[in-house]
Amino acid sequence: MQLWLIPILPLIGFLLNGLFGRKLSKPVVSAIAAGSVLLSFLWVLKTLSGLGAFSGGLDSAYTEHYYTWIQSGALNIGVDFAIDRLTAVMLMIVTGVGFLIHVYAVGYMDHEGGFYRFFAYLNLFMFFMLVLVLGANYLLLFVGWEGVGLCSYLLIGFYFLEKYATDAGNKAFIVNRIGDFGFSLAVFLIAIHFGSLDFGKVFAQAKDLPVESAPGWVTAICLLLLVGATGKSAQIPLYVWLPDAMAGPTPVSALIHAATMVTAGVYMIARSSSIFLHSAFALDIVAIVGVTTAFFAATIGLAQNDIKKVFAYSTVSQLGYMFLALGTGAFSAGIFHVMTHAFFKALLFLGAGSVIHALGGDQDLRNMGGLRTKIPITFATLMCAGVAIAGVPPFSGYHSKDAILSAAYQHAPWMYWVGVITAFMTAFYVFRALFLCFFGEYRGHHHPHESPAIMWIPLAVLAALSLGGGYINIPKFLEPMFPLAEEGGNEWTVYVSIAAGVGGIALAFLFYVVAPSLPEAIANAFRPIYTLIYNKYFVDEFYDATVVNPAIDGSRTLLWRGADATVIDGAVNGIGKTARAVGGVLKLAQSGYIRSYAAWVVAGSIAVILVMALWGGAR
Amino acid sequence: MDAILFLLFAAIAVVCAINLVLQSHPISSALSLVGVMGSLAVLYLLLGGEFIAMAQLIVYAGAIMVLFIFVIMLLNAGTELKTKRHLWGMYAGVPLLLALVGVVGYIVHDVLPASGAVVFGSFQHGNPEDIGKNLFVNYLLPFEVTSVLILVAIVGAIVLARKEVD
Amino acid sequence: MPPLPIPEAAPLSWYLILSAILFVLGVAGFLFRRNIITVFMSIELMLNAVNLSFVSFSYKLKQNDGHIFSFFVMVVAAAEAAVGLAIILTVFKNRQTLEIDEVSSLKN
Repeated sequence: MQLWLIPILPLIGFLLNGLFGRKLSKPVVSAIAAGSVLLSFLWVLKTLSGLGAFSGGLDSAYTEHYYTWIQSGALNIGVDFAIDRLTAVMLMIVTGVGFLIHVYAVGYMDHEGGFYRFFAYLNLFMFFMLVLVLGANYLLLFVGWEGVGLCSYLLIGFYFLEKYATDAGNKAFIVNRIGDFGFSLAVFLIAIHFGSLDFGKVFAQAKDLPVESAPGWVTAICLLLLVGATGKSAQIPLYVWLPDAMAGPTPVSALIHAATMVTAGVYMIARSSSIFLHSAFALDIVAIVGVTTAFFAATIGLAQNDIKKVFAYSTVSQLGYMFLALGTGAFSAGIFHVMTHAFFKALLFLGAGSVIHALGGDQDLRNMGGLRTKIPITFATLMCAGVAIAGVPPFSGYHSKDAILSAAYQHAPWMYWVGVITAFMTAFYVFRALFLCFFGEYRGHHHPHESPAIMWIPLAVLAALSLGGGYINIPKFLEPMFPLAEEGGNEWTVYVSIAAGVGGIALAFLFYVVAPSLPEAIANAFRPIYTLIYNKYFVDEFYDATVVNPAIDGSRTLLWRGADATVIDGAVNGIGKTARAVGGVLKLAQSGYIRSYAAWVVAGSIAVILVMALWGGAR
Repeated sequence: MDAILFLLFAAIAVVCAINLVLQSHPISSALSLVGVMGSLAVLYLLLGGEFIAMAQLIVYAGAIMVLFIFVIMLLNAGTELKTKRHLWGMYAGVPLLLALVGVVGYIVHDVLPASGAVVFGSFQHGNPEDIGKNLFVNYLLPFEVTSVLILVAIVGAIVLARKEVD
Repeated sequence: MPPLPIPEAAPLSWYLILSAILFVLGVAGFLFRRNIITVFMSIELMLNAVNLSFVSFSYKLKQNDGHIFSFFVMVVAAAEAAVGLAIILTVFKNRQTLEIDEVSSLKN
């Protein structure tokens, strides 16, 4: 089956573009980059059909073992790739949507410098993401985890001459690192308690654990895995890097921060479902984190003026939905939402990129308006994404969000109601952005033009998937792994959530199309709340004051001045000073007087004779 | 008889040595040293070392001391000046030296309390024939090395002491 | 006059004590005299004392190896005297003084 080809093809693309891209022409570079991902996608299809995934097969994991990486005592970790149904879903999303975004990026980055470097990094990212998804043990997953973090840093800071871009890259990497620390601790605990990091072995042992009285370390592992996931998937409290990550080029935002990397945390928790199911407490925490993040991020998204920031907070919010699904035990619903979210969020970002491209780089919603006649294809595709994310039936977002909200209601009704309010807000702010952008009069100064075909064809494909993707029945596909819960008799929950979505659209229509002065009036009426939301609840400032500045100050005073300059330099210099001092004292014995030397010789010889006589005997 | 001879010449040696240390003019010191060497030659004879006694008189007293006196005359060395700095050395050094003598004397008495008396004529191997045999059979290498040493010394002395050639 | 308690023959230890006394006197001269030539002569006195010691032990051991050592000491003393006096001549030529304390440019 040659599973290794799936990640290796993008890696080859990275090597070719990275090493020789400077000398190759743009068409060749783009062909290598997009072509490698396309080949990977085709190979995925071939492998899956070979394993019978599309025809009901692939009930258990198919593993390929390549070589043993670590063999230390009882711990044996190999480089293994495995495909099961969950992997199959993730592979299709990563390579398929990845390919579309690569094609789009060829057109988007046409005017930018560093063309080959961009595609090299993008291919490297694909490699690591595929390793993450294909890995058959926690260590390989962690390798991919770290690798996508690295590529995220490289790509966010792509415009490395701008300080805000490099700052954003640093922030992403450092915040991720905090999560990775939790993940590493979890991996250590798993190795200690389960004796292996291999998924098969760990989950087989986990199934045998008692459910009701699971030992505390199970909860500890789950919570630490959750910490890692909050870092990578931008949940409270480690979400702060995602809005800043919009400093990178838009295809990066679409691929990494919407469709694939941020879903790694969701994938990881879904993969570890066997362990999580043994700790109800941890699952509760997951759900609470998810629903709180969803609500919180949605409120911030209401007041942002940068189109990419709106969608960034939307991503955080939708990830919260996925965590809510995982936390309520509806793992397949969470993965379903990963897929539909990939479609419509990637489309939203790529469409936003198209708008920005049309306006020559302007991202401020207040300078847009009335673009629906000028860039019609973008308008149409973005509208498809909008109705999808709002949860309007029969489009894709409705299917996945409905599954999540039903599971939430069965778990804890308050989570359902918060989720409904969040759905209302989601629909509202997405359509606020769309209406501000496409309706009304154009408030800017550029000459908007439609994007080239290479950019709108992926948009069209994604729009079709956003509309019809709900009919790919992922929960049924994943049933052997994640058994479906029984349907409760709560049909009304579905209608309420639909009503929330449609209501949000309607309110946005009212505010931004019918009565454009209304938002201003309401913002003035609730000025304190508006300021709070507009400034993202001052979370960044809070983190700066409590964590970042103390760390920098502590590092500067304690470690730099204290330890390094005083102790280490002092020790090294001190040795030199001591040597000089001792030499200075000893040189006084060199008086230059021959007779004093002779006197010393005599004294020494008397001492030696005495010693010999008294101890050694004069023999 | 042997004891009286020993005591007599030992006394002469010690007196001449003290004279060497206390005299202010180098010439007087040189002549005292000749006296020491002479009495030591007699003591060697008492110990049965005929060859060594003769070598002492010929080489040491006859050649080396003559060299010393030539150099003293060449350099026109005068009497040594006495300064105040002498005295602290005396205070420090004299006890030290007395201690050295005391220690060595004690050790000698410890090790050789009543060793055999030195009887003139009881040691028969000090004649040139026996010494020659031992020298050229057992100590041939040091002998050759010392001849090289003398050569080096000659060359060194000539080089060091010649006049600067302009 | 009552017979003085002088033994018939001198014991060997007396020779060694004499050697020690001569050696110490040589050290005294070496430490306390300021004329270079006098210092040199004190060194010769020390060497002579050592020679006496060698010959005494050679008598005790009934071998003439001590004589041979003593012979070599004399040879080396001769060579040393020659070269040392040449050095003193050079020092005198350069500094016009025979004080040992003046030759102290290696101070500190």
